[in-house]
Amino acid sequence: MKPADDALAPPDLDWRSVSEQLYRMRRALLFGVCILFAILGGGLLGWLVVWWAGAVFVLGVAGFGAWALPLIRRNQRSWRYAERADDLLIEHGVLLRRLVVVPYGRMQFVDVAAGPLERHFGIATVTLHTASASSDARVRGLPPTEAARLRDRLAALGEARSAGL
Amino acid sequence: MTGGERPVEPSVEQSGDRSGAPTVEPRRLHPLTPPARGWVVVAACLGVVVHNVNSGWATPSRLIIGLGVLVPLAFAYGYLSWWFTTFRIEGDDLRIDSGMVFRRTRHVRLSRLQAVDVVRPLVARLFGLAELQLQVAGGDKAEASLSYLGEADAQRLRAELLARAAGVRPDVGEAPEQPLVAVPLSAVVGSVLLSVGTWAALAPSVAILVLAFVLHELAFVFGTLPLFLAAWQFTAGRVIRNFDFTVARSPDGLRLRHGLLEQRHQTVPPGRVQAVRIVQPWLWRLTGWVRVEINVAGYGGKDTDAKETILLPVAPRAVAHGLLGQILPGVAIDTIELIPAPRRARWHDPVGWSAYAYGADAEVFVARSGRFHRILDVIPHAKVQSVRRTQGPWERRLGLATVHLDSTPGPVHVRAARRDAVEADRIVAEQAERSRTGRRGAGTERWIQGASDSSSGSASSLDGGAG
Repeated sequence: MKPADDALAPPDLDWRSVSEQLYRMRRALLFGVCILFAILGGGLLGWLVVWWAGAVFVLGVAGFGAWALPLIRRNQRSWRYAERADDLLIEHGVLLRRLVVVPYGRMQFVDVAAGPLERHFGIATVTLHTASASSDARVRGLPPTEAARLRDRLAALGEARSAGL
Repeated sequence: MTGGERPVEPSVEQSGDRSGAPTVEPRRLHPLTPPARGWVVVAACLGVVVHNVNSGWATPSRLIIGLGVLVPLAFAYGYLSWWFTTFRIEGDDLRIDSGMVFRRTRHVRLSRLQAVDVVRPLVARLFGLAELQLQVAGGDKAEASLSYLGEADAQRLRAELLARAAGVRPDVGEAPEQPLVAVPLSAVVGSVLLSVGTWAALAPSVAILVLAFVLHELAFVFGTLPLFLAAWQFTAGRVIRNFDFTVARSPDGLRLRHGLLEQRHQTVPPGRVQAVRIVQPWLWRLTGWVRVEINVAGYGGKDTDAKETILLPVAPRAVAHGLLGQILPGVAIDTIELIPAPRRARWHDPVGWSAYAYGADAEVFVARSGRFHRILDVIPHAKVQSVRRTQGPWERRLGLATVHLDSTPGPVHVRAARRDAVEADRIVAEQAERSRTGRRGAGTERWIQGASDSSSGSASSLDGGAG
């Protein structure tokens, strides 16, 4: 699926994609949730109602998992970002596609966050905060080294191009 | 901690004389602060007394003893916290120390000052006091307030803080102001009457009152008290808030003054207005009125009917556009050509599609929306925080996309909705470029210092204001 933003993205723009680990993490999360649901819901239904109600529930959960798996894959593939001379471009989303352009000079601070699950899969999230609450400038699923590099580069560029409110 | 009992006034003048002196004696709030802030507690105590005076446990003697203990305790607490609250100006900082047990120090960077409000609630006015609210950008608790100061002190301190923030000598005193717009009371009342919300809020209240009289059930009224409060807020509350609304211009920035019971006197320095929205509710078309709202970093976007973010509650459109030309110099809204959304957008918004349009000139980006409730959003290129393009599933099917221009929190959200997808990409690319050049031309944080060497819009407005 080729995004149709050729006007915005000249061919020489260096789009970077995010780590496959993001997909693996979400896959693990999906499996965990599905299994939990299947055991709890299916078990309860099968125990309290009839055994085949439980089996149907488990099948339904499995079907949901099979349906969601490619979506997770596509979502991970949809994440990409590019550093231009004056701003950072982030694009993501399959169903609801979003592109955000954040000028370095508008950055108030940069956040690098990694929860326990993210740490286990060796990824981190870099968030750019502007004075606007709705900027939503976030890059998920970056390897720690890349996250640190991006953070340092953004901080340096932000300082160099800083503009008043 | 010497001279604590001294009135605030002398120390104000003292620090004014020694302009830029590194250490300044800490000042205290006005000594009448505790009663002015604690009257709620006292009133509540009295209410309890009156309410319980005939009930079993509360004999008059017990109540008097209780009051005799509680009220002095409350006063003692109030005066202790007053004693431990001091503020001083240190160079670029306003430092506020407070807290009896846990000391808390707050530094307000004056160069980052977004707006200064002098607020006088009804009770404080009886005491001759005023609260100084300093809006600083960033975070949720962006507001620092000094409550209460004497009225004259508050005015003086505001002038001093603004002068320091502007980068001029702090002892220049109050900047002269030039009135721009005064909203007559008839227009305020008319605007409330011509609002669908007013009637929507009034209708159920009236219905309940009639029902209560017919059925002789007064309990009905008490049960639906919140409804009456809402109706009050929508009608009389709005008139009271916007009573005597005046907009003036001074070298310090825009001055807004309004309020009948609680008076609010706002000062927004030049170049601090982030975005402007001109709204025309449906019925206001009859009179050609509009309302103007602004985004100022620090005022925040807590609720939509906020009292601080209204620049002009009601005025003819020509007046509003003229005012817009004052706060965003060199911008003539009427001359900007608006490009409507493509026709197929009607499959996405069957009603509102024809109102969607956007336009841009060298200074600002303009977006229109709302078929009945007409909205025109204006944002200077230099104030755009980030540019976003979003595309929902239905928009994708139609080959449409929406471009958002993010501003600081507030009532104004600028978006060019339902554009052709390719056009949207072009808007994003162009806007990124325009904002980049716009930022380069923008003035410095200290608006008067920057006025001599920058050709920014705020500087030219300053020259006009001072001349």
